Amino acid sequence: MAHSEQEILAGLAEIVNEETGLPADSVLPEKSFTDDLDIDSLAMMTIVTLAEEKFGVTIPDSEVKNLVTVADAVSFIAGAQA
Amino acid sequence: MTHGPDVVVTGLGATTPLGGDVPSTWAAALAGESGARTFDNDWVERYGLPVSFAATIKVSPEEALSRPELKRMDPSAQYALIATRQAWADAGAPQVEPERLGAVVSSGIGGIWTTLDGWDTLKEKGARRMLPMTVPMLMPNSAAAFVSLELGAKAGAHALVSACASGAEAIGYAVEMIRTGRADVVVAGGTEATIHPMPIAAFAASRTLSLRNDDPTGASRPYDVDRDGFVIGEGAGVVVLESAAHAQARGARVYATIAGVGLSSDGYHITSPEPSGEGQIRAMRAALEESGVAAADVVHVNAHATSTVVGDLIEARSVRGVLGDEADHVALSATKSMTGHLLGGAGALETIFTILALHDRLAPPTINVAQPDPELVLDLVRDTPRALPTGQVAAINNSFGFGGHNVALLVTSSV
Repeated sequence: MAHSEQEILAGLAEIVNEETGLPADSVLPEKSFTDDLDIDSLAMMTIVTLAEEKFGVTIPDSEVKNLVTVADAVSFIAGAQA
Repeated sequence: MTHGPDVVVTGLGATTPLGGDVPSTWAAALAGESGARTFDNDWVERYGLPVSFAATIKVSPEEALSRPELKRMDPSAQYALIATRQAWADAGAPQVEPERLGAVVSSGIGGIWTTLDGWDTLKEKGARRMLPMTVPMLMPNSAAAFVSLELGAKAGAHALVSACASGAEAIGYAVEMIRTGRADVVVAGGTEATIHPMPIAAFAASRTLSLRNDDPTGASRPYDVDRDGFVIGEGAGVVVLESAAHAQARGARVYATIAGVGLSSDGYHITSPEPSGEGQIRAMRAALEESGVAAADVVHVNAHATSTVVGDLIEARSVRGVLGDEADHVALSATKSMTGHLLGGAGALETIFTILALHDRLAPPTINVAQPDPELVLDLVRDTPRALPTGQVAAINNSFGFGGHNVALLVTSSV
């Protein structure tokens, strides 16, 4: 069953919180993973791996560089579910 | 022999089967408590393990570390980080240039939980599900690296691997770093987290574990006639070492001095200690010679004594071989009777015990010795602590590892 964008945002926020300790409510759509959330490339790949499993999607490595903001990730995952 | 500045101990940290820090661990050791417990899981039924108990860590790392720290570190590195934070605080968080601060933290086996979890993930879910932190978590230098990151240590981060001698060898290497002028302060110790069914099955296969399943707390009984193997333990011990001048300049409290480091290898057998103990004797003799301490001033030995039939006696004879008649007044303690065998953490924890024995003038007890082995040629401290003499005295901590690694650290009291 497809997840709504709201569910994806909440799920991503949960993963980011678990991995980095950032409060889940700081993971807002407009935030940049690197500039605002200070997530390094290793942590980003961990988040991608966990998000793939959680949402049942594939996020190709070539796509990860395009996921600049949280909103980018939410919309890619939402589209990939279809 | 000239050997640079004296190296003193100014901070202690640990998380062990007896307690979540050094004061609780030391109090439990002086009280003669055992850290061995029956498994609260289905490993015996599920895998046919012949051993149903271990000396598991007393306080979960979840009580000391954040969620991200728990997820980004193997348990072996978690224990080391917990012990490091305690030791650093205990030392008064010394001000030191990053380039003059080192980290030497060893593990005998490394991140085996991470290795085996990764293998499970691969088999069950495929390569796409492998987590990117897997390699930095499983590498044997992971604990040393995380400790160096924690403190911003830039003089060098090292992990010396010599099985069950690893923790003592780390401390010995750290002493050398200070003596040779590479660092003023080094955080050093050992850690291990191998209470997982695979290594337990593997140790059992080598016929080295006690099978006393009906009496876990009585299973580790070094020098008792009915000893039948070691009890696997887990945890970490970390000390803060400093050049004496650096410690003095900042007015640090000094627990003791690491005055001699003795290293040797048996070159004999991959698991069995060399029967005459000549390798162990060379290690202890080297530590004594480097320290300049007379055999008559050695009042205490913390034995490696793991509770195996052969190993315990070889070591006792080796101590006698080094000290001769002066061994008559040595209080011998085998603290693995209480802590179990922390493998790569053992040498560090037992060095801490040796330091505290001199500092508090109390040799910790050896428990579970109902009937001492008649071939034991030393004076074993049994059941209750024994007072050690006042004045300037010395003690030796022995640590030996599979592969024939022998490490003897000679500790002298600060007064």
